[in-house]
Amino acid sequence: MTNVVVVAEARGGIVKRPTHEAIGAALGLTAKAGGQVIVLLPGSGLANASAELAGSGAHRVVALDAPALANYSGDGYARAILEVLPELDASVVLMPHTAMGKDLMPRIAARLGAGMVSDAVDLHYEGGRFGATKPVYAGKATLRAMAKGKPFVATLRPNNFEAAPGGGSAAVEERKPSFGPDALRAVVTEVVAAAGDRVPLQEARVIVAGGRGLKGPEHFHLIEDLAKAFGPGRAAVGASRAVVDAGWRPHAEQVGQTGKVVSPTLYIACGISGAIQHLAGMRTSRTIVAINKDPDAPIFKVADYGIVGDVFEVLPALTAAVAEAVKQ
Amino acid sequence: MNIIVCVKRVPATDSKIKIAPSGVAIDPTGVEYVLNPYDEFAVEEALKLKEAAGAGSVTVVTLGSSEAQKMLRDVLAMGADKAVLLRDGGVAHDGYSTAECLAAWIKTQPFDAIFTGKQAVDSDNSQLGPRLAALLDLPCVSEIVKLTVEGRTFIAERDIEGAREVVRGSLPAVLTAQKGLNQPRYANLKGIMAAKKKPLEEIDAAAIAPATEVASLSLPPERPPGRILGEGAAAVGKLIEVLRNEAKVL
Repeated sequence: MTNVVVVAEARGGIVKRPTHEAIGAALGLTAKAGGQVIVLLPGSGLANASAELAGSGAHRVVALDAPALANYSGDGYARAILEVLPELDASVVLMPHTAMGKDLMPRIAARLGAGMVSDAVDLHYEGGRFGATKPVYAGKATLRAMAKGKPFVATLRPNNFEAAPGGGSAAVEERKPSFGPDALRAVVTEVVAAAGDRVPLQEARVIVAGGRGLKGPEHFHLIEDLAKAFGPGRAAVGASRAVVDAGWRPHAEQVGQTGKVVSPTLYIACGISGAIQHLAGMRTSRTIVAINKDPDAPIFKVADYGIVGDVFEVLPALTAAVAEAVKQ
Repeated sequence: MNIIVCVKRVPATDSKIKIAPSGVAIDPTGVEYVLNPYDEFAVEEALKLKEAAGAGSVTVVTLGSSEAQKMLRDVLAMGADKAVLLRDGGVAHDGYSTAECLAAWIKTQPFDAIFTGKQAVDSDNSQLGPRLAALLDLPCVSEIVKLTVEGRTFIAERDIEGAREVVRGSLPAVLTAQKGLNQPRYANLKGIMAAKKKPLEEIDAAAIAPATEVASLSLPPERPPGRILGEGAAAVGKLIEVLRNEAKVL
């Protein structure tokens, strides 16, 4: 029997939800394939994060806690993880498909000589082999790939797998890397938080996105107001490529093939026509709402619910209605 | 400053995708193939770095078939000095074998930096940069939106969730490009003419098999058809109701 290892992400000592989703996915695999779910947690100052993960439902937690790992370093984190991995007998290694996961896991896979699927939306175990399903061609097609050997590595699209319900009380084991901070070759020296209290797009449960239908940057407050109406920390503001290219909104808000791929519970597209490249970035959202003046806009083909109308008329009314609904 | 840029020939982003009868690949009929958009930023950054250093060369390499020659000439026209086509012999490489094949060739070359785009827009894997770095024992910074190089030291900026990360390291390194890193130049007529005389070498890639197998390639599951609830502000009440009672998101 071999194990499923989940590499946890705990920036600033805080475990984000996608790590719990990865643990949930891992438990789904071990239920079929046998073995244990082992969480591997690299970083520094990990007491709280370790305690949280001990109750996540995983069977074991291994904390790699050292000053050398205080800031993310692809080469450093990979080296520390690879020192411990052989003793964990992993047939699968998982991590969320975050900025860290998508950078770190390929390093691990390369050293292990392993096949890897990035941004997986489903995991498989068939005939003794592991595999995954993922969107390709910007979501225009779906690929199902099976690993020929072991281990198999995958990063998992956030907000796509059920988080582990939690429970149990795994022992937290500690390991130290064999090297110090001087051995790191590329290291994060500074993290500058984005201005304001904006919810990061990839973490938001709700995204309100605006397009050219807003007619100008001065009208984007309509989008921001609707996002705020959902309550603090719930909704993020997104933008179509057209408005980012026009300089109305920052690139960090762009949803789409050359922006961010998001998968929120609710996506509200306002004044966005629905170009293929935009759909690539949001088509796996659980519920899609579209508001557009043009009843033939392609966005209505992917939307679950649509309102044909002028965003200047609909958005204020919707904002008031959401604020009211959220109170109840 | 010798720089290697790894590029890929991919379907244009507005292509309509059809599945081939084999069920494991796309039907290439009618598809326009282009230089991977993210690799354009990588090429531009390599050219800028070489120009700033005042000396050196930019070599562009791809793993593919002879059909990739036109793309390589286009990159030579932008200003690269030399192109190399590693013939894949028709093998459908995955992230593992692509990196192994490129690394096997790169190891035979002198270089100060390796650039590539953050991901290919067909496989959407974003594995190549970090895999190459691990195989070549180099540092890697991926999805860079800003890069400063002074001597052997680099400072790279990248966007992470809700923040901007600043990374410091030293060359040689693997650096992957994100949109916004620069404004890729267009090849001018002079560049296009010069490209015809620049070296384009074709060699067989190392014989390395992929580590994964495509079980199937299919069109995405159709979302169940949606419905228009109404027009204008009058439809808002209905929307709140369905979001609460049907979609259960409120």
